[in-house]
Amino acid sequence: MTITLTIDGKTVSVKEGATVLDAAKEAGVYIPTLCADEDLLPFGACRLCLVEVQGDRRPMLPSCTTPATDGMVVRTSSPIIDKTRRNVVELLLSDHPEDCLTCPQNNRCELQRVAAYVGVRTNRFRGEKHAYPIDDSNPFYRRDLDRCILCGKCVRTCDEIQQLGAINFAYRGFRTKIATVLDRPVATSTCESCGQCVDKCPVGALYPEAWLRYGLPAAETKTICAYCGVGCGLILQTRGNTVVGVRGDPDNPVNHGRTCVKGRFGYEFINHPDRLKKPLIKKDGAFVEATWDEALDLVAQRLASVVREHGPDAVALLTSAKCTNEENYLLQKYARGVLGTHNVDHCARL
Amino acid sequence: MYSDYASLRAWAEGEVQRTRPPDRTRILIGLGTCGIAAGGLDVLTALREKLADMRVPAEIVPVGCIGMCFEEPLVDIVRPGEPRICYAKVTPKSVPTILEEHLLHNNVRKDLAFAVIGDEPYDGIPSWKQLPFFATQRRTVLRNCGFIDPESVAEYIVHDGYAALAKALFEMTPESVIEEVKRSGLRGRGGAGFPTGMKWEFCRKSPGDHKYIICNADEGDPGAFMNRSVLEGDPHSVLEGLLIAAYAIGADHGYIYCRAEYPLAIVRLRKALEQARALGLLGEHIFGTDFSFDVTIKEGAGAFVCGEETALMASIEGKRGMPRPRPPFPAQKGLWGQPTNINNVETLNNIPPIILNGADWFAAVGTEKSKGTKTFALTGKIANSGLIEVPLGMPLREIIFEIGGGIPKGKKFKAAQTGGPSGGCIPSSMLDIPVDYESLTAAGSIMGSGGLVVMDEDNCMVDVARFFLSFTQSESCGKCIPCRLGTKRMLEILERITRGEGQEGDIELLLELCETVKLGSLCGLGQTAPNPVLTTIRYFRDEYEAHIKEHRCPAKVCKALITYRISEEKCTGCTLCARNCPVGAISGERKKVHVIDPAVCTRCDTCRQVCNFDAVLVE
Amino acid sequence: MNDKLREVLQAPVTGKGDLIPLLQKAQEAEGYVSEEAIYAIAEKLRIPASEVFGVLSFYAQFRLRPMGKHNVKICRGTACHVRGSPLIVTAVESELKLGGGEDTTSDGLFTVEKIACFGACSLAPVMVVNGRTYGNLSPDKARRLIRKIAEEEHV
Repeated sequence: MTITLTIDGKTVSVKEGATVLDAAKEAGVYIPTLCADEDLLPFGACRLCLVEVQGDRRPMLPSCTTPATDGMVVRTSSPIIDKTRRNVVELLLSDHPEDCLTCPQNNRCELQRVAAYVGVRTNRFRGEKHAYPIDDSNPFYRRDLDRCILCGKCVRTCDEIQQLGAINFAYRGFRTKIATVLDRPVATSTCESCGQCVDKCPVGALYPEAWLRYGLPAAETKTICAYCGVGCGLILQTRGNTVVGVRGDPDNPVNHGRTCVKGRFGYEFINHPDRLKKPLIKKDGAFVEATWDEALDLVAQRLASVVREHGPDAVALLTSAKCTNEENYLLQKYARGVLGTHNVDHCARL
Repeated sequence: MYSDYASLRAWAEGEVQRTRPPDRTRILIGLGTCGIAAGGLDVLTALREKLADMRVPAEIVPVGCIGMCFEEPLVDIVRPGEPRICYAKVTPKSVPTILEEHLLHNNVRKDLAFAVIGDEPYDGIPSWKQLPFFATQRRTVLRNCGFIDPESVAEYIVHDGYAALAKALFEMTPESVIEEVKRSGLRGRGGAGFPTGMKWEFCRKSPGDHKYIICNADEGDPGAFMNRSVLEGDPHSVLEGLLIAAYAIGADHGYIYCRAEYPLAIVRLRKALEQARALGLLGEHIFGTDFSFDVTIKEGAGAFVCGEETALMASIEGKRGMPRPRPPFPAQKGLWGQPTNINNVETLNNIPPIILNGADWFAAVGTEKSKGTKTFALTGKIANSGLIEVPLGMPLREIIFEIGGGIPKGKKFKAAQTGGPSGGCIPSSMLDIPVDYESLTAAGSIMGSGGLVVMDEDNCMVDVARFFLSFTQSESCGKCIPCRLGTKRMLEILERITRGEGQEGDIELLLELCETVKLGSLCGLGQTAPNPVLTTIRYFRDEYEAHIKEHRCPAKVCKALITYRISEEKCTGCTLCARNCPVGAISGERKKVHVIDPAVCTRCDTCRQVCNFDAVLVE
Repeated sequence: MNDKLREVLQAPVTGKGDLIPLLQKAQEAEGYVSEEAIYAIAEKLRIPASEVFGVLSFYAQFRLRPMGKHNVKICRGTACHVRGSPLIVTAVESELKLGGGEDTTSDGLFTVEKIACFGACSLAPVMVVNGRTYGNLSPDKARRLIRKIAEEEHV
């Protein structure tokens, strides 16, 4: 069933089950949000997406959790909506470091964007601010909870998407924070460093450690992960010729933006000086750089001689999870058809 | 197992006859939490010892609180064929005299007896209905509290207990039960005042495999104990209401969510459930009908926000008590995703009399939009502090000055606080407002669950606002921004003002925050948290201004703004204050005027309280 | 793991709804919720341990550190507040030399908790010491009560 409603005077039709926020997106009306995320269940915590619904006895409703209904008339802006949103962001900023220029998320920060949109111009609600130590226990990402706005995206991602639950909300009221068991460093938790939460964090509370060394990425390039045969879509984040970060490709049907720790954080080998880029052949006890032709000739020659002298079962072929299914198929074909052995194995037995 | 009410009643009457023979003297003792706190258990021991000593056969019946907490411990003696004589403020020392005189010498000492409870007169002793405390009360919810042994299901049944359930099951359809409740005009007694019948109807009509009903006994309002008294004094009435509600909405399982701070209520509830199960009033095929229903008790774990329906359900599901936005409403998707109805203890307690006596009987009491009676925990600076029940619409003045007996020590009334942390302070200029849902809301407060805290001239209203904000702030679940940070900032401003560090513009800033927190918060806790601040600013702005502009606390409460001094005229040099001062701030020789060092003094008030000559002054 | 906790953990459960009752029983068994109990409960209910911690740290009832031998609960309800409970808190805390957010004395003899409301408002201000309620307190009465227990301990 289709539902037709009016948002800021625009008529829009959506499917049943859509929220007012979905409908607003459909109608091209921007509603500021901090806790809403297309991949996660509605949460209704940030209170920025409040709108007025004609005829409802409540003054304002959160558009992210309110279902769109037929004939609904919605206003997304009014003096009181605008004022409430502005004050909510101002409250949030009253417990947020004033360090935008040195924040790794500067210019990519959702809070900055929203604050600019709602037009926060004052800082009247000064008071106690949190001062947590930075959690640098995980080698891949940092947690700076002073910047956390408690949108819960990390918790919900870990729970709803990753099904891991390494972190959760802890305590309550002003003391509420995102914590592991007994509020210990994240490296002691069940965190698998998949980095999904880092990707979802709208502010500078969770950020890749690499950004501290490289700075923010300047360009992005889509690619396929080279680590295993699953073929996850990745977006490589680069500065010049250096890969400084990776995020999952949300449009890739294989992984829908998700990655594992290797795909997300195991990229620094690319620019590493020790990276093996050419084949090496051991001559007189030392490795010497060679061409691919030389190396392949040597392998072919040695394989042939071993088979000749000791029979085909004297050799075995070990292949890699980094290869695709097709490549693995070819390798076993080569073993059986060319070398004549069933001795085939694979390293993916972790 | 009984398949009709008459045989259940016959069993109960036999049981009462057997365990409490009418030809034996009965001694009732109030052993609610309040009675126990007042020393009731020591009195009980004294009663037992003295009775054994006197060799007089008598039944001691522990009962719930009759409401006169200010006169506890209460002991009532009922001799066969005689009225019930109540003795107040009984101590283990006074027990032997009372018992000897009353039981051995047949002499009801008029100087010791407090009142006659019941309709029969007794020469020279006032009837309870003549006491201003009881004269205008009307007891529906408290019908059994203080009258029956809460641990005896038979006594409950003999007092028409479970008759309403039988009537609903045998003579009414679920729809007609809902219709009756709708017609009665009963509104939710937990605070918001939503019409109960309509709430049931939504849940009944909502499709679902199972339906749940929850009794909200998480009385979190600090300063309120109506539900505690009812659960302790008449647990079966709540269970009966719950059963009728379950029948009406079609629920097969119920929960009673009771705060862990009420251990006695939980004990009594558990016992009530066991007894009801044994009689076939709970479980499969209740009264032999097709109606099956059972109840689980859940103990709260200390979170005020769990009084909020969605947070309460989250807590039952084993989660953090964080509310979620509605829709979906609990009636659509509640506990475990099923249609769920949640009612407060007092709401449910009102159900059996409505079913038994009819909607018209109930609606005859109260105002046009607020029907029936309401219990209040009358506390604070009030002479008769206790639990009362009055018809809705009674003027606040009557409650405070007639039933409550006014303000003790000749002090002046300043404000009455209703609705706890979600409510507001009503000033003396509004004492004549009728106490009903609409009038209290118009005054900036709310009906709430029934806390009514009276404040006198010695209470600082800025401090009261600060108190409530410190409560809501620490009880905020932390999920939504306006409540988490808004209540924190409001509290900080109020703390600043009470420290004498208030600034020009603080009142306006508070009002701005109040508006955002009220409009922006996710749940009722945040949406109502500003009420104490809003009403104190509205009615006591001058007190705020005195703190901010003159750095003065007119009520002499805010520690940073007061100093303690010893009057040279009044001090006799008895050294009592100096000996009691915990920080050694008082110096002085015997028989000479003592002096307080303001730099050391922590304003703990000990000296003023121990001084026998009123020589300690607060300035 | 003490026997009582082991017993708590052996009782059958139906699902996540048992989390809070289990935590309550675990606390009853040990006087607080230990790390061992957190992980054992998580395993028993098949939920992440972080969730167990999230839930227990939300509710005021749960403690992460052992309770003192004597338990003092001071009511901080409204009726108690307007009748002077802040002075009772100050008196008890200064008597026990507690400060800086500590709730248990260094000798482990006393734990002082502030409770939202006991519902014994007519006797305000109220304090519950080792399960026994004391009403109509003054700072002086409260202090003497504590002193008496402390003196009995040191005899």
